[in-house]
Amino acid sequence: MALLQISEPGMSTAPHQHRLAVGIDLGTTNSLVATVRSGIPEVLSDEDGHPLLPSVVRYLPNGHANIGYKAQAHQTTDPKNTIVSVKRFMGRGLADIAHAENMPYDFHDSPGMVQLKTVAGLKSPVEVSAQILATLRQRAEDSLGDELVGAVITVPAYFDDAQRQATKDAAQLAGLNVLRLLSEPTAAAIAYGLDQGKEGVYAVYDLGGGTFDISILRLSKGVFEVLSTGGDSALGGDDFDHRLFCYIMEQASLSPLSDEDTATLMVKARQAKELLSHNASTTIDAILQSGEMVQVRVTDDVFFDMTKHLVAKTMGAIRKAMRDADVSVEDVDGVVMVGGSTRMPHVQRAVSEYFHTIPHANIDPDKVVALGAAIQANLLAGNRASGDDWLLLDVTPLSLGIETMGGLVEKIIPRNSTIPCARAQEFTTFKDGHTALAVHVLQGERELVSDCRSLARFELRGIPPMAAGAARIRITYQVDADGLLAVSARETRSGVEASITVKPSYGLADDDVARMLQDSYTSAAGDMVMRALREEQVEAERILLATQSALDTDAALLNSEEQGALAALVQGVRDAITRSSDDAVAIGERQEGLHTAVQVLAHGTEEFAARRMDQSVRTALAGKKLSEV
Amino acid sequence: MQNHFELFNLQEGFDVDATALDQAYRDVQGRVHPDKFVGATDAEKRVAMQWATRANEAYQTLKNPQKRAQYLCELHGVDLQTESNTAMPMDFLMQQMEWREELGDARAAKDAVALDRLDAQLRSARKQRLAQVGLQLDAGDFTSAAQGVRALMFLDKFGDEVQYAFEAIER
Repeated sequence: MALLQISEPGMSTAPHQHRLAVGIDLGTTNSLVATVRSGIPEVLSDEDGHPLLPSVVRYLPNGHANIGYKAQAHQTTDPKNTIVSVKRFMGRGLADIAHAENMPYDFHDSPGMVQLKTVAGLKSPVEVSAQILATLRQRAEDSLGDELVGAVITVPAYFDDAQRQATKDAAQLAGLNVLRLLSEPTAAAIAYGLDQGKEGVYAVYDLGGGTFDISILRLSKGVFEVLSTGGDSALGGDDFDHRLFCYIMEQASLSPLSDEDTATLMVKARQAKELLSHNASTTIDAILQSGEMVQVRVTDDVFFDMTKHLVAKTMGAIRKAMRDADVSVEDVDGVVMVGGSTRMPHVQRAVSEYFHTIPHANIDPDKVVALGAAIQANLLAGNRASGDDWLLLDVTPLSLGIETMGGLVEKIIPRNSTIPCARAQEFTTFKDGHTALAVHVLQGERELVSDCRSLARFELRGIPPMAAGAARIRITYQVDADGLLAVSARETRSGVEASITVKPSYGLADDDVARMLQDSYTSAAGDMVMRALREEQVEAERILLATQSALDTDAALLNSEEQGALAALVQGVRDAITRSSDDAVAIGERQEGLHTAVQVLAHGTEEFAARRMDQSVRTALAGKKLSEV
Repeated sequence: MQNHFELFNLQEGFDVDATALDQAYRDVQGRVHPDKFVGATDAEKRVAMQWATRANEAYQTLKNPQKRAQYLCELHGVDLQTESNTAMPMDFLMQQMEWREELGDARAAKDAVALDRLDAQLRSARKQRLAQVGLQLDAGDFTSAAQGVRALMFLDKFGDEVQYAFEAIER
């Protein structure tokens, strides 16, 4: 029985139809949405022709929000309510955020994630991100003229479980069905791999606004296999800006600034950084609120020197990833640069020197991740053309472990394990008569609990009282294809699956998500209910058809008792469909009755579906062997 | 239930052709991976995930010579008794103690060169031991091979500690 699990609703297939799916790059600085149209991936622009959406959300006193360029325009005049680089706060507590004191936001540290107090109330980074995602969703649906089947959302490869769950929650809040959480470097590799069609070992160096990833991949005959991944989920272009900001403060001998002045200088610092990628020097000119003029000249050499420690940090991560992949520089066939921050010349130089090669940057580094995500979204949505038989094998970036006696972490799944993967470990009680076991789930490479990220704590209760050490509790860690962890626990000797209390260390409680969804509910109630009933009826017809077709081929997998039980559930749905067209009954009731009958049938066919699937896989594997004889 | 070799249609034994294994793994994953079952129900996707997980487990086991050796011992009913039996030959234990002292000294002195030396010795010992285990497995001597695998596990654990020491120095 899974305790901590994020699962997605299954999608029904409508054959012979192109299913609209998009790839979304939810970036620290800019976000993009892309799709595959007539076999070609392309980024979708807004009505003004801009492909990028600045990842900026400004909250207004009336509770509404501006997103993108409109919000960005107010960054220096309304800094407290204009949220920039929210990705840096996803799944993080206040203690995790570097330079928080230099940020204009009113942070509130919550047991969940950090929250931001704005003029429109307390906002979670998940809500802020959802605004950005909802805007991109709207853009896609407007451009493509139809509803989306789903989206692939990219995340830094080095994002841990808490950060990934926060991203998935944000997508849910924005009304998106997440087909996959895809690692950014892997997305870039897909865009390049399919574009260039080359085989070999590749390194992807991805330096974005707030995160750094290095991935080593092997591309071969339609399989993208990640060998290792590393990075720093709190290192990016923003940190280069911040160094320049500090330099300006020093050079101009400025005393602590107001939020508006800080925001002004940070924006100037970013502009200067970008200019120094193409110019030997630049002058930062700014006027503070007091009227004081700030004028500081910076040369490219000085900028490179003051930020070289940041570049060195990335090189350290590269070396570790190469060791983990058991790959030497000579083995690497090519290097791909991703992310706007890779435009900085000293970054390019460092990477070229290390790998003894000129990196590829022919696909726009700002767009390549979204394009790769769109390609995978297209595949996962079920639009498969001939020659589209490629597979992605990604890895989990950080080890997953459990707290054991003495505040130590025992690793259960090591980092860079290919996903999906599972591992079980047996534990026992240390005192006579103990009926509960506390499980603390952690992520990280260090030996001590205090040095790792706490993902969740729960208790396995109801263990039958035994002597110390007699109980056999099997704890299973399962990482799915999104890199998300599910943990289950079972006392094997008594076969007892006890009742469990789950307390996620990071993430929204169900109540919070429900509240947010309620807040974002805008359509007229009447339309919604009628539409919901119609959707329920369609779903009911679909499940009847699917069940009947399954019974036609594989009824033999069930014994007569099971077949009888299933027939009864099928009849239940048929009756509910009839009742749902009865105008004498309230719509809400009709929908609920139908929904319940459908859920009961869906639940009742799970075992049958699992057996069919298993049989089908065995046949496929066996068939392969016969053909080799 | 199939064993790992059967899953990849490979001959059971310590000698495994790395290329054949790689190809077999990619082929099997191509057939069972959840991404190939996009229109499936949740229950079906879970089954696909279980198979993909198995394929990953099997690949990692057969790819790594030490894990492969351990697996072969287990297939032939030799329980490595990893928890209860820690009895190793005297000379092996003496070597372990010496190395442990060297590690402690190197770590305290933040001596990366000494750590490198220790690391090299460790690698060499592992290589020798692994070759020995390979011969024992080929000869069908699973009991002796199991002893060798136990020794390799000790060496592995020690290797982890050397890595921790490297990281402590780098910090």
